Amino acid sequence: MKPIFQEWQLALPLGVFFAVFVFMPLAMLGYVSLHQGTDLKAMGLAQYAKFFLDGFNLGILGSTLWLAAKTTLLALLIGYPLAYLYTLAPPKLQRVMILLIVLPLLTSAVVRTFAWVVILGRQGIINTLLQSYGWIEAPLKLLYTPGGVTVALAQIEMPLMVLPLITALSNIDPNLRQASQVLGAGRWRTFFQVTLPLSMPGLLAGCLLVFAAAASAFVTQTLVGGGQQIFMPFYIYQQAIQANDYPFAATIAMALLVSVLVVVTVANVLGRRSKGFVHA
Amino acid sequence: MPSVLQPRVGAKESRGSLLERWSFGAALGVLGGIAMLLLIAPTVIVLVTSFTNAYSLKFPPPGYSPRWYAALWNDSPEIVAAALLSLKIAAIATAVSTVLAVAAALALSRRREAWARLLDSIFMSPLMLPTLALGLALLMMFNLMNQGLSPTTLVIGHVAICAPYILRTTSASLMQLDPVLLESARSLGARPVFVFRTVTLPLVMPGIAAGAFIAFMASFDNVAISLFLSDARSEVLPIRMWHIIESSLDVRAAAASGVLIAATIVLGLVMERLAGISRHLR
Repeated sequence: MKPIFQEWQLALPLGVFFAVFVFMPLAMLGYVSLHQGTDLKAMGLAQYAKFFLDGFNLGILGSTLWLAAKTTLLALLIGYPLAYLYTLAPPKLQRVMILLIVLPLLTSAVVRTFAWVVILGRQGIINTLLQSYGWIEAPLKLLYTPGGVTVALAQIEMPLMVLPLITALSNIDPNLRQASQVLGAGRWRTFFQVTLPLSMPGLLAGCLLVFAAAASAFVTQTLVGGGQQIFMPFYIYQQAIQANDYPFAATIAMALLVSVLVVVTVANVLGRRSKGFVHA
Repeated sequence: MPSVLQPRVGAKESRGSLLERWSFGAALGVLGGIAMLLLIAPTVIVLVTSFTNAYSLKFPPPGYSPRWYAALWNDSPEIVAAALLSLKIAAIATAVSTVLAVAAALALSRRREAWARLLDSIFMSPLMLPTLALGLALLMMFNLMNQGLSPTTLVIGHVAICAPYILRTTSASLMQLDPVLLESARSLGARPVFVFRTVTLPLVMPGIAAGAFIAFMASFDNVAISLFLSDARSEVLPIRMWHIIESSLDVRAAAASGVLIAATIVLGLVMERLAGISRHLR
């Protein structure tokens, strides 16, 4: 009996949904960004000229990408040892650790951001502790600072870094490490010359996830960053909803979209190279 | 490991190599310990703060009482309404995207052709792209089509971000499925739909459930899409909370966070037991 439909046709419903509700809108975003004014009559590159010829706008793009880069590095610095410890832990402890890593990821990002508002506040735990030991006179300003946003974002996005690293590190044959040590390399040398290169695919995947998430983390950027620092996501929101300037908002969104895409693509190419390096 | 191959430990070990081993272990332990503490501490701090008896978010709180939970329950109809709307949107978006994504996973998971890989990465792209741009793009499309905003437009936006999670976990489960099982069911005369219902579906159910759960939580928590696609009358919970934290730092936000944390822990543990979510997130 002939089946009513082919197996590949099952991808059609989601395909149509994506065509209509992801691609068409994104094409529309590009189309709207190519208009001179908010009346959407004349087309042209005026919005892009406005964005890229103004140091203020470029500064916002730069600080957003810089924030994402700093967040990624910090998340890597503390996330990597955690992932490594996980692979060394006995199975029972691993089950507890994985839950402690996954549960924050499932918890609302607004809640996790709110936690940092409480921690970094004038009456938060850091200021209370420092004052109770008499190390500082007046409470430090921690909330609404660049450092505050970076630390909060790194903590909030850390599970995205740790999970792919755990996968990569678990796939490394422990004999390789042992062989390296038997041949006389110390722990540090073994780590930098064996473990780290072999975990590159997971490391890159984690870095990309954290970078993309940090660059578009609207809630954390606005609540921990405060009104003094503007990042791209809030700028898009402000221009679209508060200023009603859709062409310019579309241009900012395109700039963010393309920047993130470029970083992701470059990192993927580097990733493929690094894989070749490992096998060579 | 034969002991002859082990580096000899003890008296012969030089001071340098001891320091070397010790420093590596210490660095690993300290940084990993900090990471672990950082994962847990913020949640604990919010939970403790939510039981404060004061009007501010001072930590540690001067005294403890469940008053803010009572305030949340008794005189915050707008927060309760926002929570109910969020639950509804997340439930519908998850249901719709489960159907779409499971079908797509059946079509794509075993294919190695270029078009199938491309389609798969296209379907996964909302996880990587700034979804704020997609929210704005959808808003502009609805505007240009003269289509007013409604809970339906909100659900459409949420389906786009829910589908990738379900597609990923379902595809992974399908790939682990032994093709021999399907083959034998087919050779015994079972029709495709019957094979799907009695063999495939029961075996990949944990994967679907894990994906649906993660998608539900992602939708419930979404701000980037809802910011642009909710109409004036329907405000979802994360945006309501964002406004509260941004404007007044009302302690009710701590109580609402406490409820969300408790719900996440309970649901997360139940789903871990039933579907092994942590396995599917890796």
